[in-house]
Parts: sequence; structure tokens; C-alpha cells
Amino acid sequence: MIFTTEEILETIRMIQVEHLDIRTVTLGIDLLDCRRDRVEDTVRSLREKLLESTRGFLDTIKKVELEYGIPIVNKRVAITPASLLSSSLDIEDYIYLAREIDKTAIDIGLDFIGGYTCFLEYEISETDRVFLRSIPIVLNDTERLCASIVTATTKAGINLDAIKETAYIILETARVKKSPIVCAKLIVLSNPPPDNPFMAGAFHGIKRGERVINVGISGPGAVRSAIERLPKDGDIVSIAEEIKRVSFKITRAGEFIGKEIARRLGISSVSVDISLAPTPQEGDSIARIIERIGVKHFGAPGTTGLLFLLNDALKKGGLMASSSVGGLSGTFIPVSEDKGIAEAVGEGALTLEKLEALTNVCSVGLDMIPIPGDISPYTLMGIILDEMAIGVMHNKTTAVRILPVPGGRPGEWVEFGGLLGRAPIVKVNETPCEGLFERGGRIPPPISGYRN
Amino acid sequence: MKRAIITVTGIDHTGIVAGISSVLADFGVNILDITQTIMGDIFVMALLVDITGIEDVTPLVERLLEEGDRLKVKVSFEREEIFRAMHRI
Repeated sequence: MIFTTEEILETIRMIQVEHLDIRTVTLGIDLLDCRRDRVEDTVRSLREKLLESTRGFLDTIKKVELEYGIPIVNKRVAITPASLLSSSLDIEDYIYLAREIDKTAIDIGLDFIGGYTCFLEYEISETDRVFLRSIPIVLNDTERLCASIVTATTKAGINLDAIKETAYIILETARVKKSPIVCAKLIVLSNPPPDNPFMAGAFHGIKRGERVINVGISGPGAVRSAIERLPKDGDIVSIAEEIKRVSFKITRAGEFIGKEIARRLGISSVSVDISLAPTPQEGDSIARIIERIGVKHFGAPGTTGLLFLLNDALKKGGLMASSSVGGLSGTFIPVSEDKGIAEAVGEGALTLEKLEALTNVCSVGLDMIPIPGDISPYTLMGIILDEMAIGVMHNKTTAVRILPVPGGRPGEWVEFGGLLGRAPIVKVNETPCEGLFERGGRIPPPISGYRN
Repeated sequence: MKRAIITVTGIDHTGIVAGISSVLADFGVNILDITQTIMGDIFVMALLVDITGIEDVTPLVERLLEEGDRLKVKVSFEREEIFRAMHRI
């Protein structure tokens, strides 16, 4: 036999027992050539292009899934940022555009479509203001469309005015239907990579080509099991080496599947993100990996160090495995989607401040965190600013996806359902910070932003 | 040549090899290599098969899974390249 029984069984075990899967296949589609003078014409053109560009997409994925025996969970599209597709001053135009994009995504059968995105890191134009105002209406009115707002980059610095507007938009989005979960489709970003395949922040970057396939492979269960098989008293290097080995294998599987899908669709550009993304299933928790290495609860002192080790070893294994590694490889720590992380909040072992610290060493940021719905907008602005500062200073992507729960109190558990999971409402430090945002303006870029 | 690996795991009993290989024969699939072992109480068999002539593997995979259910064993089907990607540098 060309492979040993152990090799064959290792692959089968990773897929069947440890839930190794292709978490997302995202097709990036350039829609810049769909812009017309009238929004009705733009919509007609982009709908035609979306239908044409996704022909065979879902069937191909289904076939590849069956032939290679590896589950492919989410099928998505990322489009050119919608704020670049229209320059209208009429909010109704954006709402119409968004509804039609959403309707097209449903007609195609996609799980999500990303790219209701605007870039405010330098300044907010008049059309940006109209676009921003459309977001709460659009997200409450559509099903699969995801929105993102860029408020900071290492080149531009941090736009306080944009953060101010964004905080009001998030609170308003949760308020419309008194439903925090609508905010799961809205994310605030610093330094977004141009090939971001992850919802809610996915969009198709300018000059990324007509069509790009991005594969996000996940396997927290495979990493945890590998660590569980190591001797309990083994030193920390053995842990790092084992994570690299697993990461190499699962990235190779992801790259192969991505290339195969792209080849069948006639697409030449592929990128792979090896991202440990948890699900609410017990076996799929990032927290459990960290706890296994040696802390009682995720969030205990030592957690930042271990998350750094995990994230770094993942990237090293992934880079060895593939030359097409995308911009967001690493570990995700969405609170409600990870049973262990949510429980750590419930135990009092994990606070918002610790979560912020953890984002220094992992992808991506403050993610899926329920907070009380009645917090001051200024407090929310402060939370966003601090997270943006981490991204800008470290020249990495950071994000804020926070879920204000109308009427919610800290410690109360909130159910989001399905893959979005459940979590206790996180306590927020409400020490006032109004003065800062009354100043406004843009925090200048750090010295690393001037590298030339 | 298009090749796949079919893995069968479960409690050992008579008729497993016969059941799986008769499905393969029905579809005209040639077995290139076969290995089997007992790990603890678990029977493990891996078959390397030639699927060159098969355009759409869906009916074959569905039939193999049905046969696995009948034999009370777990059957998986994977194209060979996925193992190559994961286990060969």
C-alpha cells in the first residue's frame, strides 16, 4: 500500500472524529465594472455578473466534498465593497442595492455574501455618511449580507470621528428589532487584508482579479487531540512542534481542496487560511486546547502566552505547507461560538480587558461578545478605539464584533442559536471617556506607518 | 489514473470484504491494493482502487455507504490525492 494504515487512519480520524473541515470556501468577485450612472442599472448589471460568476460554484463544491470525503461547511461570496459601487446621496439607493445583493445571494444558495463595506480611516465623505446611515436598516432588512466598516489603518492612523459614527450605528442596528444577533453581521476593522474571506468582514479587494477562491480550513479538534496524545509532563517545545505538524497537514489538505475547486471552475488565484475557528460543539473549542496545555480556565494568567504559542506555531506549520497562505491565518476567539470561552466568562476567569489583551497575539479581535445594550455610546467608542490601536500599532488586522443586548445585564446568558452559540453578557468598564471623542479628528499613524 | 482509498472500520465479522468488493465489482472498479489489520477489537481495511473510468462517483459512494450500513461498519471514500497532500512533502 502506498500509505501506511496509520497514515490513512490519521486522516480519517481527523475528519470523522476530530471534525477537521473546510470551514469556508469564499469566491471573491470583482464588481467594479458593474457601476452605472443609475442605481437600477448598476443592480441589474451586478446581479447578472453574480449569477454568471457563481455558475457551477455550489455543484463543484458538492462534488469535491464527496470525492475527497472532507466536509465543506460554508459557501460564500465576497464582493467589491458596496460603498464603491454607488455614489448616491439618497439612502434609498443603498437600501435597494443591498436588498438586491441579498436577494441574489439567496437565489444562488449562498450562506453569506460579504462586502457591504466602507472605508473611513482617512475621512468620512457625504456619500459615506449616507451609506453608514443605511447599515442598521439594511442589516435588519436582509438575511445574508454582511457589513464592515474600516476605521483605522497603520498608514492612515485612527479616525475618531469614524469610530464615533460607528458606535451609534452598532447600537442602532441592535435596537431596530431589539435583537443583538443582527450585529453578528457587522464588524469594525483595522488593517483589513485585501483577501479577507471571513464574515462579517469579507470583501473582494481592489485589483485582486476577476475571481479568487479562498479556502478557510479549520480543525481545533485535531489540534486538541494531538496535544492530548502527548505526555502530560512533556515540555512546551513538544507542544509547539506538535501544533506545527498538525497545522502543516491540515493546511496541505485545505490548499489541495482549494486548488481543486479553483481548477474545476477555471480560476487561477487561490489563497488558503489556516484558521482555528471554534464552533459551540465541545470538541471544537479553542479554550479547551489552551486549558489542556495547563491553565484551569481560558483567561487565567498565562493564557496570553499560550495563545501566542498556539497562533505562532499554527502560522509556521501553515507557511511551510503552502505558498498561498492568506492574510488572516491564526486563531479566532469568538466568545459565544466557543463553549469553553463562553464558560470562562461565566466562571469570572475571562474579562473584556483580558480578551482585548489576547487580541495582541491572535487573529482577529473582540469577536461575538454580548454586552449590555444600555451602555453609553462613548464607552462603546472607547472599546473600539482601544482595539483599533492594537491593530494599528502592531500592523495587523483587528476587529470588533460586539453584540449589544437590549435590556441585558452582565452575567445573564444569551442564546444566539446554532453555530453562533451562547454566552453570558460581559461586564463593561463604564468609567467615562466622553472628553476624548468630543475632540474628534484622526490619531496620526505610528512610526511604522511611515516605512518607505 | 484516478485512484481512491476506501477505508472500512468496525467490529470484525464475516462477509465484510465480500460485501464491499462486490459493490466495487458491480461498478467495474478494480482493486489495486488491499490491506487489513485488527487494532484492539476494531477491524480496519483500506483498499486502493482505480476509478479512472468513473465520471461521477456519487452513485458509487452512495452504494458503498449503504453497504457499510448493512454490514454495520463505517465506510469512507476519499480520492488518493488528499492523503498525498497530508502525508507526503
